[in-house]
Amino acid sequence: MGNKITVKNLNFFYGKDQALFDISLKIPEREVMAFVGPSGCGKSTFLRVLNRMNDTIPYARIEGEVKIDGKDIYKAKTDVVALRRKVGMVFQKSNPFPKSIFDNVAYGIRINRMHSSKKDLAERVEKALKDAALWEEVKDRLPTSAFGLSGGQQQRLCIARALAVQPEVILMDEPASALDPIATQKIEELVVELKKKYTIVIVTHNMQQAARISDRTAFFMLGKLIEVNPTEKMFTNPDDKLTEDYITGRFG
Amino acid sequence: MAKTGTFADSLFKGVLTVFAATIILVVVAMIAMMFWNSLPTIREFGLGFLVGSDWQPASDVYGALPFIYGTIVSSVIALILAVPVSLGIAIFLVEQAPKSIASPIAFMVELLAAIPSVVYGLWGIFVLAPFIRNYLGPILQNYLGWLPLFQGRLTGIGMLTGGVIMAIMVTPIITAVVRDVLEVVPNTQRDAALALGATKWETTLIVLENASSGIAGAVVLGLGRALGETMAVTMVIGNAPQISASLFEPAYTIASVLAANFAEATDRLYLSALIEMGLVLFLVTFVVNAAAKVLVMGVAKGTNAARQA
Ligand SMILES: Nc1ncnc2c1ncn2[C@@H]1O[C@H](COP(=O)(O)OP(=O)(O)O)[C@@H](O)[C@H]1O
Ligand SMILES: [Mg+2]
Repeated sequence: MGNKITVKNLNFFYGKDQALFDISLKIPEREVMAFVGPSGCGKSTFLRVLNRMNDTIPYARIEGEVKIDGKDIYKAKTDVVALRRKVGMVFQKSNPFPKSIFDNVAYGIRINRMHSSKKDLAERVEKALKDAALWEEVKDRLPTSAFGLSGGQQQRLCIARALAVQPEVILMDEPASALDPIATQKIEELVVELKKKYTIVIVTHNMQQAARISDRTAFFMLGKLIEVNPTEKMFTNPDDKLTEDYITGRFG
Repeated sequence: MAKTGTFADSLFKGVLTVFAATIILVVVAMIAMMFWNSLPTIREFGLGFLVGSDWQPASDVYGALPFIYGTIVSSVIALILAVPVSLGIAIFLVEQAPKSIASPIAFMVELLAAIPSVVYGLWGIFVLAPFIRNYLGPILQNYLGWLPLFQGRLTGIGMLTGGVIMAIMVTPIITAVVRDVLEVVPNTQRDAALALGATKWETTLIVLENASSGIAGAVVLGLGRALGETMAVTMVIGNAPQISASLFEPAYTIASVLAANFAEATDRLYLSALIEMGLVLFLVTFVVNAAAKVLVMGVAKGTNAARQA
């Protein structure tokens, strides 16, 4: 399978502070890649580079090349709205809108005018909720507020909301870090299921989680990419001493 | 808790409790006093006082409707003009402007709120009234003259001028509150919208939806201010107790009539009529401000709930 995302010599700055140093990385299509590393090492920053969410920070600056499907997403004429539709994002804290369950999932479909009729909209919402393994739990309460759901359900609702605009890549920034073990397990199962159709990049501080669900793991430290390898190799026989220290430190 | 300072502590607490209780007592005493002093007109006219439109102190006929009408209509004009402008400024400050521009503008908006009412009134007499008489009025009559609202004699002094002055005065207040409630909308909401391909405008709509009850509170707060605004309005509204469909005609508000006539009201029934109107204004603004508080408080709570979830 080909590479969905190719990053070359990426440097990233918050004003004068450099947060990412000369990162080159290939992310294969329809796999799960995990980003691990100590907090503050730039995982979130890097993730947000991939759908240009850092554009909202006026003092942020980027050098290097980020290609998705061979196209440089930082070219001047890039349609950022279309890019973000293609590269969906799920955040650390679930952030449903103050709307009904249905309207949350329908939001992206509506603003991007993807539906042809009311019925089509309802079908798309249902499909997204099914793909996010939430349909059975909410099908009888679609018009009720999203805030009535449990934390784990809200996070899956956010996943459904992201899936509804038919992305090709899904970026997840510690999506389960605020959830209990059972809700976490559901999210993990979902990620493994979703990689059949989507390219997934997931940030996690939980090493076991990375080991369980990812095909490849990238280890970051102090803004530098230390090592990328198939997850199995990474956790059994890492190339870099730093990786080994970090992994064993966490496990031991 | 059983420490040596216990006595001092409970004394301190006691004193504070007395202070706090005083506030409540003052409010209750005010209502009781105003009610007591308006008993003559309440006995004499009953509900007729509130719906009667004749106001002739010379012959002891007191109908408060022209003042109630003037108060409500001028306040509504003020809100219709002030709310969109305030929302626009607040959205600009929070969602669009870089900090270097937003801070000085926000500072200026706050300064506007501190200008004494009488200064606005003077400005209204010398700038706004001539402007409405010579420019805005003729234009409105030209294009919308078929509406009863914009017919009649144009003096520059009247309901419209009063409403516009009020609008200018409540805009800083509404802007400041809306800005505050927009600022507490968590960034995660903006991120969520942007990540789904929302434009700046669509993201702003999500922010507004998050802040909706706080915005409603800001509007109601503005209404409370407009209802009670006295000096500037008295100077430009014309002070004629009449109910006219035309916004160019002079009108009168409760606050204005109280300010303008209290000194000369020596007659028992006249005084009672004024005090009863004061009571009405007091109760209405009390309720309106309480509603505003509840709404604005709801926002902080609502977003907290969203955050915790
Ligand atoms: N908006 C921002 N402005 C300035 N510095 C930031 C911002 N966001 C993150 N940083 C800094 O960039 C570095 C990387 O942060 P982040 O990408 O959030 O790390 P991680 O997700 O791995 O914990 C940290 O030093 C952090 O303080
Ligand atoms: Mg992070």
